[in-house]
Amino acid sequence: MIRWQFATLAEVVPETPRVSSLYLDVPDWQGHLAGQHVDVRLTADDGYQAERSYSIASAPEDRRLALTVERLEDGEVSPYLVGELRTGDRLELRGPIGGYFVWRGDEQRPLLLIGGGSGVVPLMSMLRHRAHVGNRAPARLLFSSRTLADVIYREELERLAASAHGLQVLHTLTREKPAGWTGYTRRVDEAMLQEVAWPRQDAPDVFVCGPTPFVEAVATLLVGMGHDARSIKTERFGATGG
Amino acid sequence: MQDMKLDGNAIGGLLREIFAMEMTTAVGTCAHCGAVNEVGRVAVYIHAPGTVVRCPDCEQVLMRVVRGKGRYWVDLTGVRCLELAEPEV
Amino acid sequence: MGFVSRGFKGRRRDTASSSRVPPGQYVVTDFPVLSAGPTPRVNLDQWTFTIEGEIDEPRRWTWKEFQALPAETVTKDIHCVTKWSKLDTTWKGVSVDALMEGVETAADFTTVFSDGGYTTNLALDDITGGKAWVVYEFDGQPLHPEHGGPVRFLVPHLYFWKSAKWVRGIRLQKDEHPGFWESNGYHVRGDPWREQRYWGD
Repeated sequence: MIRWQFATLAEVVPETPRVSSLYLDVPDWQGHLAGQHVDVRLTADDGYQAERSYSIASAPEDRRLALTVERLEDGEVSPYLVGELRTGDRLELRGPIGGYFVWRGDEQRPLLLIGGGSGVVPLMSMLRHRAHVGNRAPARLLFSSRTLADVIYREELERLAASAHGLQVLHTLTREKPAGWTGYTRRVDEAMLQEVAWPRQDAPDVFVCGPTPFVEAVATLLVGMGHDARSIKTERFGATGG
Repeated sequence: MQDMKLDGNAIGGLLREIFAMEMTTAVGTCAHCGAVNEVGRVAVYIHAPGTVVRCPDCEQVLMRVVRGKGRYWVDLTGVRCLELAEPEV
Repeated sequence: MGFVSRGFKGRRRDTASSSRVPPGQYVVTDFPVLSAGPTPRVNLDQWTFTIEGEIDEPRRWTWKEFQALPAETVTKDIHCVTKWSKLDTTWKGVSVDALMEGVETAADFTTVFSDGGYTTNLALDDITGGKAWVVYEFDGQPLHPEHGGPVRFLVPHLYFWKSAKWVRGIRLQKDEHPGFWESNGYHVRGDPWREQRYWGD
């Protein structure tokens, strides 16, 4: 049985115009693994409730639990979390949840992370955890965003790539080509994955997270390139709900 | 047009309401086609009167969960066998 | 009253029941998409609609034949068991009465079945007498696949899960065989005015 508990919003950090990180104090938090999520439940004064899942962005070692939430304009929960919720407010959540889309930090295989939009959030927890534990196995993040302004955690990713051993961060932008941009400017395709992914003989641990069509496309490409479908862990989030 | 398909990660919380152990790492055998998959990678539809879990290989129903009136109705006839790891102490 | 999320209102909803809105429902203006599985790819060249079971000779229509049947346009309120209601929805299709014309059957019950394996059970009385249609247009447009196109069932006086998407036929039966949701917690009849949502309601 899993219980609902209260968190208190300690700090809000805007990440992009539409995305913010919520830093939460959770008394008696039992700790989590990188890649896990929590369920959040909102209750209106007439008893109406809405429930959604959000990936944990913070590393297990971090002092506060962080959720990074994209505000979906036609959504019901995310506009509340990013817009209405204020420091000091209480929030009901339960977790951590999940054990499948999890990276523990002691793996020695190469780590390949592929994220679309806010699908980067659980991957960020893995990269933060990787830096904490000093895992030296090579790691690559391929991160697809719409525009440069939509790149979540951009500066922190630059810092991690500069300081964490063996981490490469590669960006692709699907709706913009800024002046001087040296990254990719297209949707993730096979040519890009041929350049970024380790060959299947290297048996990388692969984590793919993003909207359902993104995840389906990337997983299908990787399987087509010979990667074992079972070595590719995926997490999809829907286009509706929010 | 997109199918409203999610994966087993999306029902980790729901399954923990019902089962004592973490379920996304449980391994289920499809009663229809025999495919063996971790619950984390099965197909899940939640925008429906209940939650429908389908085999990622043959798309047949593995599991249905309806919650209402303070009760759960759980159909597992599409899962021939469920393998779970003993929790680490 | 327990915890309230400060400032949370949620989706706009008016749950006050009225002569048009059954208890526990709220009115929406959009058309939510519910989906229990992948959207079937339907090849109209191979599509048929069938009435089978307790009938001397099964009746079957191809897409072309079905389109040639006398159509009706009806405007109805629909009520989904997930609590939204949508008022004044306009559909075009063939009434079940027209499909059943002249059929002699010993059946009291039916199972409506769809591409993708979905089924729902309905008493024959609930789909005859001007109460149900097999529809292929919504709001003057061909029915979109996400809403059950090319053809869905429409039985608006019962909860909308009874209005099966991607419908392919009606099986006439002497006994009641609970369908996809009715066999797993949902009410066998599903009358929104009696709030027959779950088993035991």
